[in-house]
Amino acid sequence: MKREDIIQTINDFLVEEFEVETSVIQPNASLKQSLDLDSLDYVDLVVIIESNFGVKLEGKDFKDIHTFNDLYDSVEQKFHALV
Amino acid sequence: MRRVVITGMGIYSSLGKNLDEVKDALYQGKSGIVFSPERKEFGYRSALTGFVEKPDLTNILSRRQRISMAEESEYAFLATSEALRNARIPEDFFEKKAVGLLYGNDSVSQSVWESIETVREKKDTTLVGSGAIFKSMNSTVTMNLSTIYKIKGINMTISAACASGSHAIGLGFLLIKQGLQDTVICGGAQETNKYGMASFDGLGVFSDRENEPTKASRPFDKQRNGLVPGGGAGTIILESYSSALKRGAPILGEVIGYGFSSNGDHISTPNVDGPVCAMQMALKQAEMKPEEIHYINAHATSTPIGDANEAQAIDRIFGSNPYVSSTKSMTGHECWMAGTSEVVYSMLMAQHGFIAPNINLEEVDEAAKNLNLVKNTLNQNFDVFLSNSFGFGGTNSALIIKKLKH
Repeated sequence: MKREDIIQTINDFLVEEFEVETSVIQPNASLKQSLDLDSLDYVDLVVIIESNFGVKLEGKDFKDIHTFNDLYDSVEQKFHALV
Repeated sequence: MRRVVITGMGIYSSLGKNLDEVKDALYQGKSGIVFSPERKEFGYRSALTGFVEKPDLTNILSRRQRISMAEESEYAFLATSEALRNARIPEDFFEKKAVGLLYGNDSVSQSVWESIETVREKKDTTLVGSGAIFKSMNSTVTMNLSTIYKIKGINMTISAACASGSHAIGLGFLLIKQGLQDTVICGGAQETNKYGMASFDGLGVFSDRENEPTKASRPFDKQRNGLVPGGGAGTIILESYSSALKRGAPILGEVIGYGFSSNGDHISTPNVDGPVCAMQMALKQAEMKPEEIHYINAHATSTPIGDANEAQAIDRIFGSNPYVSSTKSMTGHECWMAGTSEVVYSMLMAQHGFIAPNINLEEVDEAAKNLNLVKNTLNQNFDVFLSNSFGFGGTNSALIIKKLKH
């Protein structure tokens, strides 16, 4: 899967899961603030990533995930490691 | 001791999605029972159930609020929204007052099943998602409603089998009477998915009259052969009389008696003495004589022994004086919710001057022959009614409520 496809998949399920406008998703914007995430929401983020890509982000992974770009990087890295 | 009044009601059941729809169904003697092919396929002995439409709260509550809610909470939210509107309680009321919340609920089967299945499949607990724990606890309804409405008073679920919703009202009544709360949201909720009632069906106590769904629930009838499960949610708003007067609230009725008892007997087979004790206690608290009760909404679920024993209990105290009917003939047994929904049904009858029929009562059972059973809709004004609710483990609750004309 190409990076563009990974980004598109993530953006699509973020819009659907967190019920936000597409426009709030900007590569360098804060994931937490843009999606208004609380601690429980991160659990759901892990669930939807797993169901879409078959990879699981751990709590420690989120220490380095601040922006949408960070999330794309992390998922891409894990996904390619898996395949 | 303070007076306790009802200032609002809400309902979401197989008879309708609001008070108006339900009032019409009650008057028409309409049944909410259907045959569910899904239940039959699942392995039910009797696949009859009250049909309750799945609510869609997408544009009403936020994602974070919805993700913790399974169907019992959704039903309860809709019933409570209607009750609060009806009671003219604005949103900022919850910021100013420590409003209480007591709701009856005694199962969350689908949520428990779904979360365990996910863990079994994925071998990873995280992947059940954040809502699973809040959906799969018995207190899910009060957990969700207290968060949505910013409840600051008492906040707990009452689990007392099929008397849960009645005890919730009774306990709210006592808290207000004692001066510990001014306003309490009381209710009962019942899931209607196929998982919730499977083990109950396994006891073989459900009516197997599957070819005639609307005729299957027939309390007090000689040919009754078991109950039919139903569900949804009902809510009533209890307030101290002074609080209701002060804010100019509609005052619909007054709770004047709450009697309770435990049979100290069999886990599922009801007896006569336990219910007698609860009804007598309610009468004593209401300072009323039996002849002052105009209508009894019986617990009668359409099981052979349960109806016969309740008929004996009612006969022992009240004789043939009060009108008696079981709205379960239309709704089926709404279990954890029934104690509240049947107060709502009875209040609707009192408000609109009729007694809903005990449908399917073709030949009265010998044990109930002395009761003044209402077979067809009766246009009859009445002011005071008693509502019975009994549950597994022998828990009994009897509420006496008086209509107020404000």
